[in-house]
Amino acid sequence: MTHWVPVCNDQDIEMEDVIRFDHNGRTYAVYRSPEGEFFATDGLCTHEAVHLADGLVVDETIECPKHNGRFDYKTGQARGAPVCINLMTYPVKNEAGHILIAL
Amino acid sequence: MNGMVIIGAGEAGVRAALALREGGHRGSITLVGDEPHLPYERPPLSKNYDPRIISPELKVIATEEQLALAEVEHVRGERIVAVDPIAKAVKFSNGTALSYAFLLLATGAIPRRLPMAEPSRHCVYFRTYDDAVAIRSRLGPGLRVVIVGGGFIGLELAASARQCGASVTVIEAQPRILMRGVPAEIAATIGARHERAEVEIVCGVGLADIVDDSDSVTFTLSNGRMVEADLAVIGVGATPVIDLAKAAGLTIENGIAVDSNMRTSDPNIFAAGDCCSFPLAIYGGRRVRLEAWRSAQEHGTLAARNMLGNAEQHCSIPWFWSDQYELGLQVVGLSDEGTSVVRRDIGADCFILFHLAADLRLVAASGIGPINSVARDVRLAEMLIAKKARPAAEMLARPEVKLKSLLES
Repeated sequence: MTHWVPVCNDQDIEMEDVIRFDHNGRTYAVYRSPEGEFFATDGLCTHEAVHLADGLVVDETIECPKHNGRFDYKTGQARGAPVCINLMTYPVKNEAGHILIAL
Repeated sequence: MNGMVIIGAGEAGVRAALALREGGHRGSITLVGDEPHLPYERPPLSKNYDPRIISPELKVIATEEQLALAEVEHVRGERIVAVDPIAKAVKFSNGTALSYAFLLLATGAIPRRLPMAEPSRHCVYFRTYDDAVAIRSRLGPGLRVVIVGGGFIGLELAASARQCGASVTVIEAQPRILMRGVPAEIAATIGARHERAEVEIVCGVGLADIVDDSDSVTFTLSNGRMVEADLAVIGVGATPVIDLAKAAGLTIENGIAVDSNMRTSDPNIFAAGDCCSFPLAIYGGRRVRLEAWRSAQEHGTLAARNMLGNAEQHCSIPWFWSDQYELGLQVVGLSDEGTSVVRRDIGADCFILFHLAADLRLVAASGIGPINSVARDVRLAEMLIAKKARPAAEMLARPEVKLKSLLES
């Protein structure tokens, strides 16, 4: 049973940026692509427990703030050393400006 | 015979081994390391010890399965004693020889020895996982620790030891901590944080004598003061491991000299990581030797691609970081390339210094802040440096101005 959890308003995330979202003891990263679409992944890098929301979004890529590990935040796919484990992704919907993720 | 041999199974060596296979190399790849462990990451060895964890975990760079999958033969706990560039072969300590088509020297660096500080139970040097395990096993409340050297390793270990309850004194001969590569303002912020943690930092004082007896080690400082320790860690820098290269007749220049392709003075031998000096294109070919994790990775990958017949040039910008307590420091570029500094204040204990050259080009940025709070801006600064951008100083100074917008302009 999909549970849609409210995250924020669409204007709370800038274009080509990311925020951290904590819920039920877990942490997530919620992204807004340069085209204005929203995406969500697990919040911690798979290489070391570092919050991805401190990293840089460039196009469809999130760069880990520590070790330059890169992921495609739309698919969760790791993009080479030092990261090799993919990120878990979550469905996101924008309901009249309210961003929700499916957990 | 088209075998590739890599001496040194650290960050540079392992990245090279994997990149050789990824790059399509069909022949053998032999990765030789003198430690008994799987290849592992060194940065965590000194950082943020958890007082509840007595034995630090080994964070591997590549698992046994990954190495097997890439058909990398990892020879552990073995030492290469000679390189014969004429016969194109290396010799193991047991006398066996292994020939190569191309050889990569990724021999790293070892702690610089202080002549008066013989290694002992109380007086230790720090480089390997085994060193970290030995130090960690002794830390605890009441232990008196002296760290000689206020560089990254010394200060990270000081924070870690303090977090485990030890009392800590850092002794630095230079007038301040972090003299090499870190601006004074950032060093002062880190120093103040150590003081709040009740770490004593003594700068500008040399060592007159060290007496190591069965119970403790006593330092006599040049000002006459005596400091007694149950455990002393000597962290006074590192020297590149160049003995094999030197004996093989390769050019040495503050490490094994390589060109922008990571090739040594022998066309069949490359070098990568802490052991080599190389020209930094971004600073007009200035020759440097770096002891940095990311640099070692990039070197290893680049050397591998060129061992496969490419002619790719090194073009990245130096980057390093340190974690002490909750503070994270990141530096991109070499700050001594700058002639002026612009400061961007972000919050308490959180600011970035932008280093500008005389022509106002951004050449380096140094930031400090809680956890990874400066990481994104330092990364953007790196992109500005790579673009040879001349961002306006008043824009750099204002925290509300997004660096990303300066990149686009």
